[in-house]
Amino acid sequence: MTDIPFLSLAIWVPIIGGLVVLATGSDRAAPLARTLALITAVFAFAVTIPLYLRFDAAFSGMQFVEFAPWITHFGGHIGGSGNINYHLGIDGISVWFILLNAFITILVVIAGWQVIQNRVAQYMAAFLIMSGLMNGIFAALDGVLFYVFFEASLIPLYLLIGIWGGPNRVHAAIKFFLFTLAGSLLMLLALLYLYNISGSFSIIDWHQQREGLSAGVQNVIFLAFLVAFGVKVPMWPVHTWLPDAHVEAPTGGSVVLAAIALKLGAYGFLRFSLPIVPDAAIALAPLVIALSLIAVVYIGLVALVQADMKKLVAYSSIAHMGFVTLGFFMFNPLAVEGALVQMISHGFVSAAMFLCIGVLYDRMHSRQIADYGGVVHTMPKFAAFFMLFAMANAGLPATSGFVGEFMVILGAVKYNFWVAFFAATTLILGAAYTLWMYKRVVFGAVRNSHVAALTDINGREFFFLAVLALCVLAMGVYPFPFTEVMHVTVNDLLRHVVAGKL
Amino acid sequence: MNFVVPETGQYLSPAAGEIFVALAVLVIMLATVFARRAARGLAYFLTQLTLLVTALITISTLDSNTHFTFSDMFVSDPLSGLLKLVVVFAVMVALLYGRGYLADRKLDRPEYYLLVLLMTLGMMVMITANHMLVLYVGLEMMSLALYVLIAFDRDSVRSTEAGMKYFVLGALASGLLLYGMSMVYGATGSLDLTIIANKTSAFAIDSPSTDRTVLLFGIVFIVAGIAFKFGVVPFHMWVPDVYQGAPTAVTLLIATAPKLAAFAMAVRLLVWGLPHLAFHWQSMLMFVAAASIILGNLAALVQHDLKRMLAYSGISHMGFVLLGLLSGFAHDGVVFNEPIYSHRWFSLAFSGALFYAISYVLMSLAAFGMIVLLSRAGFEAVRIDDFKGLNRRSPWFAAMMMFVMFSMAGIPFFVGFFAKFIVLQAVLEAGHLWLAVVAIVMSVIGAFYYLRIVKLMYFDEPVDASPLRAPAELRVMLSVNGLAVAVLGIAPQALLTLCEHAFRASSLYR
Repeated sequence: MTDIPFLSLAIWVPIIGGLVVLATGSDRAAPLARTLALITAVFAFAVTIPLYLRFDAAFSGMQFVEFAPWITHFGGHIGGSGNINYHLGIDGISVWFILLNAFITILVVIAGWQVIQNRVAQYMAAFLIMSGLMNGIFAALDGVLFYVFFEASLIPLYLLIGIWGGPNRVHAAIKFFLFTLAGSLLMLLALLYLYNISGSFSIIDWHQQREGLSAGVQNVIFLAFLVAFGVKVPMWPVHTWLPDAHVEAPTGGSVVLAAIALKLGAYGFLRFSLPIVPDAAIALAPLVIALSLIAVVYIGLVALVQADMKKLVAYSSIAHMGFVTLGFFMFNPLAVEGALVQMISHGFVSAAMFLCIGVLYDRMHSRQIADYGGVVHTMPKFAAFFMLFAMANAGLPATSGFVGEFMVILGAVKYNFWVAFFAATTLILGAAYTLWMYKRVVFGAVRNSHVAALTDINGREFFFLAVLALCVLAMGVYPFPFTEVMHVTVNDLLRHVVAGKL
Repeated sequence: MNFVVPETGQYLSPAAGEIFVALAVLVIMLATVFARRAARGLAYFLTQLTLLVTALITISTLDSNTHFTFSDMFVSDPLSGLLKLVVVFAVMVALLYGRGYLADRKLDRPEYYLLVLLMTLGMMVMITANHMLVLYVGLEMMSLALYVLIAFDRDSVRSTEAGMKYFVLGALASGLLLYGMSMVYGATGSLDLTIIANKTSAFAIDSPSTDRTVLLFGIVFIVAGIAFKFGVVPFHMWVPDVYQGAPTAVTLLIATAPKLAAFAMAVRLLVWGLPHLAFHWQSMLMFVAAASIILGNLAALVQHDLKRMLAYSGISHMGFVLLGLLSGFAHDGVVFNEPIYSHRWFSLAFSGALFYAISYVLMSLAAFGMIVLLSRAGFEAVRIDDFKGLNRRSPWFAAMMMFVMFSMAGIPFFVGFFAKFIVLQAVLEAGHLWLAVVAIVMSVIGAFYYLRIVKLMYFDEPVDASPLRAPAELRVMLSVNGLAVAVLGIAPQALLTLCEHAFRASSLYR
């Protein structure tokens, strides 16, 4: 389609930029590190824009494909191509996530501008490298390449939580790493099994593979994927690492974790579970739907009683991601598209929520709801932004949060009334925990002298909150550009799933 | 058996490297006697030069053919060439790392370097043996040199104790191995591995000349001897004590090149010599490998001494190497209660095991090199707490150590990931799903103690904030070593091709 390897650029610009930033070394060169990081992040975002502009929404296959053999050692003794390839490409499902990822990276760099005074170069480099690795996950079309990016992206986040995190950061960082590693190693076994029956590591080949995928085998592979991606999403009951990680992570870490890292698991379902083992996906869909509904209802209730703002938003993320997995496994286009829109919207909204909490934390060094009250009196501009994002988190119409939830609920009604009924409780629960938190933090009388001494947001904070507010509103009012690109791909995927392989 | 001394140079050339090292040892011994005052520096310099020339000789005599010499007792093939090169290289790097360490402790006596060369010679003989006795002679030459090296710090109780322990247990293991060899000799009437392979083939199974019971009995002892040299469960007890007790410069030597020699021994004895009995030794190795991976990872979790931790982690890594070795043969069916092996063997499994062993040597060199880097006169950085806050003291070397730790844990983009990946693929291809599951579950558990080192380096504040002082050569080499772990993880193709070529070209059935 084009000669410029945009996907490779999207992956390697931030990684190489990150290494350059790392080379600036000590904190004496911190201003240089910040500037370089910002330039890299902006440039990395710029190279992803053509991915959207030149994207052919009418074409369901892979676009911007790049292919080069990486390791040819495996060929020969099974048949098939057998190599591990550097094989990239995107379709309507993945294109928005790469843009979202590059966009969020800019915000994270800006958000850490003043807050991080300690080992600045390492902080910025870790975010940039992670951004590149995550683009790699979304663009990989080779099973091993996907796995390599998937695992490697754990390292920067582990360091981010562990170095710049809160008091209990070591526990949170190691828990995060081991949970995800345990899941993804099971996926590795599934990938190796798929290679042994197909003689190829290409995800596209696996989509077409029929031989060796009996119902029983499909179920086992599906469960392996379910554990791997379920931990990452995270689904109930393997979600316990997320509140810990969110609470301890620095603001930027929480933003990237919620906005991008959680999407990797959901993306994995669409790229692996549904097309490779469609019959198992259909057979075991009730299981996933049940887990998703538990996440929506039970985790929603858990969120209600949190005393820590970050923990509350973390639980709200789990509930929202439960909505995403729910949408995927009802196999109708409306629900799947709704789930994808929900993913992107959650990327904006959760990023904004964590940034808002970060703004408060930078001033008060507390995340306890009880320490706040009456913030609106001292920070009116901030309170307005926070209000918008809280509403979006609760799914108010005309914000991005509404679009996805509404589409998924519509899809659910077609699927089964009771599923839709329980799914719809999210509108009540989401409003309850978000707005109640908002009320306690922002409204009421000024609670203590610390709140009275708060200063309103500065230009830098105004900038990133305003940009996010625009995104949230734009997506809520006019979601067409988002659904447009995914429409054909999603329909194609669902046809493939329903056709089955047995 | 008539032993024929080769008459022309052509027949000596496959052994040129070994002959050169043997001569060099004598020359260096004499030279250091006469040099007196400059002996220490001279011995080091001449030893490195010898190793370099040996590497060059190995490269220049390397081709894709298999050469036999000394009445077929000695074989030179691409496999031995590659192994010898890596062994020589590993010894060179280990000597370079250890030089300052030894000088600080007044251990850099010329004898040290002579013993290292003798150990290297022993390993080279093991690698090129096509005969059980030659292999045994090489093994003893390596082991005897190591016994002395471990106890080299003779004023240290730990060092001498470790030397004694290794000596007693090593002697026992040698005895077991020799006993097993005698059984195989009794059953087949030969010590030549090629002849043994032919005599035990499927076609000879029912002939009265081969006694099955004695043969199988012998294999048990041979596997025990091999397991001891690998340091795998249940013959692992010496590993942590010896690693901990020996001076770190010597630990560097034990933990790296001898693993490749053990690998060569396993390949020559089991894969070359007894391929038709693979069913039997495979099942033994399965137990040994699974037990090593389980015990190594669990025991490493609770160590506070980095050398002991690396020792236990080494046990589990050797378990992975064995996983590759045991997945290489698949039998085609069972005849007379005996599985029949045709030519269907998976070079991927063997070359994967070799790839694993080489990458382990690389990672192990860097890990012990880091201990040397952090140590100084009168201080051994062996507690894992000594790595606290390394990122503050030296971000560069903290990153190098992080590479090595993540690589050992099997996280991409580091070489350890591909090593594990290929071995697991081979295990699955051979149909041992349960072994793969054990390996994977234990990898997750094992990841914890590697993560703990990274945690100490990055998340904690340093106890001792003094900047690192180390010779430039150590810094440069350690950086190259750490970067190699990363670069080989991104581009493993070349090394993989070499490993695979070594096994494909070294003909298995002759």
